[in-house]
Amino acid sequence: MAEEHGREGEHMTGTSIIAVAFDGGVVLGADSRTTTGSLIANRVTNKIQPVADNIFCCRSGSSADTETIADYVTYILKIHCSETGDAPTVHTASTLFRQLCYQNKQLLANIICAGWDEIDGGSVYTVPLGGTLVKAPYAIGGSGSTYIFGYCDAHYKPGMTREETLDFVTKALTFMMARDGSSGGLIRTVVVDKDGVHRSMIPGDKLFRVWVG
Amino acid sequence: EEANKQKTEAEAQESMLELLQQEKGGGFGFDLCARNAFLEQRLGMRFPNVRKTGTTIVGLTTKDCVVLAADTRATEGPLVADKNCEKIHYIAPNIHCCGAGTSADTENTTGLISSKLALHRLSTGRQSRIATALRMTRQHLFHYQGYVSAALILGGVDLHGPQLHMIYPHGSASQLPFATMGSGSLAATGVLETYWKEGLELEDGVRIAHDAVCAGILNDMGSGGFVDVTIIHKDGTTERRRNMDHPTQRTFKNPAGYTFPAGTTPVLLKEVFPAKKDATVEAAAPAAKEGEAEDMQQ
Repeated sequence: MAEEHGREGEHMTGTSIIAVAFDGGVVLGADSRTTTGSLIANRVTNKIQPVADNIFCCRSGSSADTETIADYVTYILKIHCSETGDAPTVHTASTLFRQLCYQNKQLLANIICAGWDEIDGGSVYTVPLGGTLVKAPYAIGGSGSTYIFGYCDAHYKPGMTREETLDFVTKALTFMMARDGSSGGLIRTVVVDKDGVHRSMIPGDKLFRVWVG
Repeated sequence: EEANKQKTEAEAQESMLELLQQEKGGGFGFDLCARNAFLEQRLGMRFPNVRKTGTTIVGLTTKDCVVLAADTRATEGPLVADKNCEKIHYIAPNIHCCGAGTSADTENTTGLISSKLALHRLSTGRQSRIATALRMTRQHLFHYQGYVSAALILGGVDLHGPQLHMIYPHGSASQLPFATMGSGSLAATGVLETYWKEGLELEDGVRIAHDAVCAGILNDMGSGGFVDVTIIHKDGTTERRRNMDHPTQRTFKNPAGYTFPAGTTPVLLKEVFPAKKDATVEAAAPAAKEGEAEDMQQ
């Protein structure tokens, strides 16, 4: 993807990202590898960025594009909320992501926006390349996601508890990182619920061992 | 044939006129690229290579300071254009920035951000923050979509403590405890990954940064010259150790210098031309007194 004309050597988040909603909140997860060509530019990246106190986004695609988009959404959301006087909703934040991505098709961005708000509870929206907006109970993205569509279809079930969801996210990321060269490092997770935000990290060598033959 | 030649001359002149009269819209104007291509094609002129800093730049955070280090070689293709250039640029009294990539781009970008921050300081009356410098630089680089080829390591100390950021030409950035960029970064990464740990003392940090740049100088062809180190202390003051070390000095150098006895180079032919007889040297006219205009003489 970085080999497109004009994007050679660009900083890309190769990536495995995932977000899953449960009753009462959401769990977001991502790996921590950023690549420039075949060199790992940053092995401890944080790809889960807050756009509001209760809303986060997982970034994948071009680092520069996604960082700029997330900064714009944070800024616009803040002004919007001070004008309306309401707390930000995940739907509003996701719509802002979609508007930026759809109106600027040259941007290489695949973003999952998830969080908790009073109106919808925990919700997950995904904005892939092209700028469509899809609300779903869970979403996976990035180059590593192609390897676990089957796993997710088999193992996701609605109505999971917080611990089950966290376990599902961790396992999914482990499988993604095991097979995708552009994903690796450590696993970062963020749990958002009505009580606030809980960030966590699992180092790469502490993940459960995947069968390697 | 004469008519054809005149016609192509006329066409060439017309195309030049067209180029000159092209309207300038916003953003980059590429009319000089067309003119360069024209000159290269019609007159066979070769243009010099862009001067790049091949480079090893390194930054690391110690317990409460930031150490930035860099080599000093600037290259123009395979040629070393400058053996002792400065790659650690001033941004603010408490913020400095190492630059890799095209020299002109790094120098002008850091110069621009530095003057914007100076005006900002006059407006706010406060010490500059690294987040401000970071945001300005990222937005500037993103605006130019990676065509401004500046890869920077921004480091400094402000009210939030010591911070180090890597900024890429397309406008993305990462905050890290230690960082390296440039062609020598692969060599320097080995040193940093082995020896860096949290809570380093200042002189340990300086030694590790110096060793990382030396690894780049010794193992990368695009890096060389001296090792420059800049330390930003926890109180926001900066200590510059310019040319701290020279790992690749010329070993075989005669301390007495080089003197060659007369006749070392054989003289094959000697011709002497006297200066022209009709050239005379005159004393200069006295300077005009203040208030008096000099007479113009036709």
